[in-house]
Amino acid sequence: MSDSTTPAHPERSAPAHPERSRGTAAGTNYLNAQRGIKSWLTTLDHKRIGIMYLVSVLTAFLLGGIFALIIRIKLLFPGHYLITRAQYNELFTLHGAIMIFLFIIPSIPASLGNFFVPMMIGAKDVAFPRLNLMSLYIYWVGAAMALLVILIGGVSTGWTFYAPFSEGPDAGHVILMTVAVFILGFSSILTGLNFIVTIHKLRAPGMTWFKMPLFLWSIYATSLVQILATPVLGITMVLLALDRGFHIGIFDPRYGGDPVLFQHFFWFYSHPAVYIMILPGMGIISELIAVHARRRIFGYTFVAFSSIAIALLGFLVWGHHMFVSGQSVMAGAVFSFLTFFIAIPSGVKVFNWLATLYQGSISLRAPMLYALSFLFLFTIGGLTGIFLGMLSVDVHLHDTYFVVAHFHYVMMGGTVMAFVGGLHHWWPKMTGRMYSEAWARLSAILIFIGFNATFFPQFILGSRGMPRRYYAYLPEFQGLHVFSTFGSWVIGAGFFIMLGYLVYSLKAGAVASTNPWGAASLEWQTATPPPTENFPVQPVAEHGPYDFEEVVAAQAALEGSAS
Amino acid sequence: MAADAATNFVIHLGSFWLPRQGSTLAPQVDRGFDLALYVGVAFFILVVVPLVLFVWKYRRRRAHDVGKPTGHNTAIEIAWTVIPLAIVMACFLVGFRGFLRASVAPAGAYEIQVTAHKWAWHFQYPTGKSTDNELRIPVGRPVKMVMSSQDVIHGFFIPEFRVKEDVVPGSYTSVWFTVPKPTQTLLECTQYCGLGHSGMLAKVIAMPDADFDKWVHQVKLQGSPVAIGRGLYTSKGCSGCHSINGTRIVGPSFKGLWGTTSHLSDGRNLVVDENFVRKHILDPRSLPVTGYPQVMPSFKGQLTDEQINDIIAFLKTVK
Repeated sequence: MSDSTTPAHPERSAPAHPERSRGTAAGTNYLNAQRGIKSWLTTLDHKRIGIMYLVSVLTAFLLGGIFALIIRIKLLFPGHYLITRAQYNELFTLHGAIMIFLFIIPSIPASLGNFFVPMMIGAKDVAFPRLNLMSLYIYWVGAAMALLVILIGGVSTGWTFYAPFSEGPDAGHVILMTVAVFILGFSSILTGLNFIVTIHKLRAPGMTWFKMPLFLWSIYATSLVQILATPVLGITMVLLALDRGFHIGIFDPRYGGDPVLFQHFFWFYSHPAVYIMILPGMGIISELIAVHARRRIFGYTFVAFSSIAIALLGFLVWGHHMFVSGQSVMAGAVFSFLTFFIAIPSGVKVFNWLATLYQGSISLRAPMLYALSFLFLFTIGGLTGIFLGMLSVDVHLHDTYFVVAHFHYVMMGGTVMAFVGGLHHWWPKMTGRMYSEAWARLSAILIFIGFNATFFPQFILGSRGMPRRYYAYLPEFQGLHVFSTFGSWVIGAGFFIMLGYLVYSLKAGAVASTNPWGAASLEWQTATPPPTENFPVQPVAEHGPYDFEEVVAAQAALEGSAS
Repeated sequence: MAADAATNFVIHLGSFWLPRQGSTLAPQVDRGFDLALYVGVAFFILVVVPLVLFVWKYRRRRAHDVGKPTGHNTAIEIAWTVIPLAIVMACFLVGFRGFLRASVAPAGAYEIQVTAHKWAWHFQYPTGKSTDNELRIPVGRPVKMVMSSQDVIHGFFIPEFRVKEDVVPGSYTSVWFTVPKPTQTLLECTQYCGLGHSGMLAKVIAMPDADFDKWVHQVKLQGSPVAIGRGLYTSKGCSGCHSINGTRIVGPSFKGLWGTTSHLSDGRNLVVDENFVRKHILDPRSLPVTGYPQVMPSFKGQLTDEQINDIIAFLKTVK
């Protein structure tokens, strides 16, 4: 992959790809400009790459979700049931590893981000289209290795790979899995790098930083974390593999290593990674609330800068995963203090979104239902973080189901709701088709109810003393476990219905208009689905991303004249 | 067998959310929990009530309605930043105070050596008595667990006592607690450790002091750790360089050494505690003490973990 043979482009964004020459012809769009599997596999179009990422991460989500459903079915009973201990340990490891590394980290940036970052700034593509395709291939290689691990017998360390357990004989195919994670990291780094350069260099005329949709600010902040934190994960994985394979004595005390050091290294990446997961979700929520309440986000500047603040402060709180690991009391105190500090920008964002709803014009279409779900669930996720940030209380709750519930409220109630909301919001633009609104609302409501039924009981289980990652549990916990499992079936039903109506819409959905929601940002001002080069002429950002009055008035006038 | 013995154990509830308060640390932890709960419920209401209200009141009535222009309100933005900040800082302080108290064992706490391994708990008492998967403690006295693992990281968690700490191979960690009245409860492993993780449970029995004393002194055959440690002190050759009467031979005398601060030639000042002694026995060069020649050999591979524990127990008695 060498760009050196390509002459430098004098214009801001006009890489000359052969496939692009037809992009402006009437009736052609990025989907039908070229046909055949090869045209997809060799495409440099950020939209096609985004779609391929979307299919990939949703496949990972399906797989991880099926694992979760099996785990929940096992937990209907306190003793041996359905699967063995070894299978159980492999399932929760794979559920975690797949959901984190193959689904949630790439989910929003690589799929919706890839598709819409260039469109929202009015560019023809990302800054480095070849690098973009390469990051997808790297992701596929990493994903294939992870699948190989599953096929040849699994891994059972938990997604956290804690040493020295991960260096023991009963941990499974750890080295292969760490190599997969290492490779996946490069995909994440390249995506982040691409977005940073794209946002800096390819903005359309008039698109100042403060005219950017808030989604772009959050993607920018996420990209910073991706390129700064991910190398640490890569290094940690290499050290773990070397320690396991060649006993170099970094983490394993048998060879003079320090197992707590692994936790420091691991969380130095994996806590910032929490913000890689949630920040893009917050960005989508800003878009959904603004567009579907037709009101400029209250406190735009604060929301924009809070994303950057969260990204940077996120590097300073990794030790709150280690309050009972044996680290010093002083370290615990400092990490707890900083943890409460970082809670504030996230909390204030929730107030800003609420204030945006105030005096808005709120439509309860599916994207908004997901945004409201996000506000409800993320608030619970954030507030239960207060329990865990408090040192003395965390001692009791650490490594119990309370923690499991907390991060599912943040990651699934937060990021996944935002991702699915964004998927519905941008589905017409991406596919050119409308999904069934009635089915979409049903599925949103099922997922909301099912989610709370699944995870709220886990707070109670945890505070009552149920440790996480337990195959067998005390009989008195069975009632709450059964309730949780029933909830997981409701979530499952919601997602399978979603799969059904989304796929159906591709074949038989109503044809989507250019701008079905009356949105004001640039991606809605071009054809649906967009042409290969996104815009027929270079767009100019004349107004802000949330100035809905003109757009909606123009739509009203158009409809008035048509009737 | 510890595995699948779960049916023999119960965690008794003290409230809807939490187990009953089995140790003197528990009320303070629970006050922190309650504070977080009140703060959480208050903020939840503060978010969800307006949310529902706004969604109803400002629902779109006509297809081409738009929201009112967004204004500025610096006062409200400062208020909703500063007030939550003050509240969470209060939470921080409450958590920190509780944590500090739980971290520092009172002087003279009764010490029990805890050794964790896949997938069982081994407890050794100062008299030389030892038990597996059954921890007995005296009522009314602070009890300190000095813990280490033989293989992977385990987690020492007694829900009713509100104590938890990882048990790490290669170093020592500790927890302490005082149990006010006789009780029975459950100890769980909370750090994932493989196939037997969920079966790595132990029974915790708090006994009246007099009964405990009687029980713990019923020792068979093997000597107390202190006695074994004293034997090792001579048999392994420690006595060649370290006296126990305060005179200097080659290295520092053991007399009164425990708990003092050791000045290292690299500028660090470290307390002579379990981790220091263990590290110094296994890798003396890593802890060069100022004023003494660096001649001590490593005893790595020559002493078992249990023997090092015994030497530490002996060292503590040399005053």
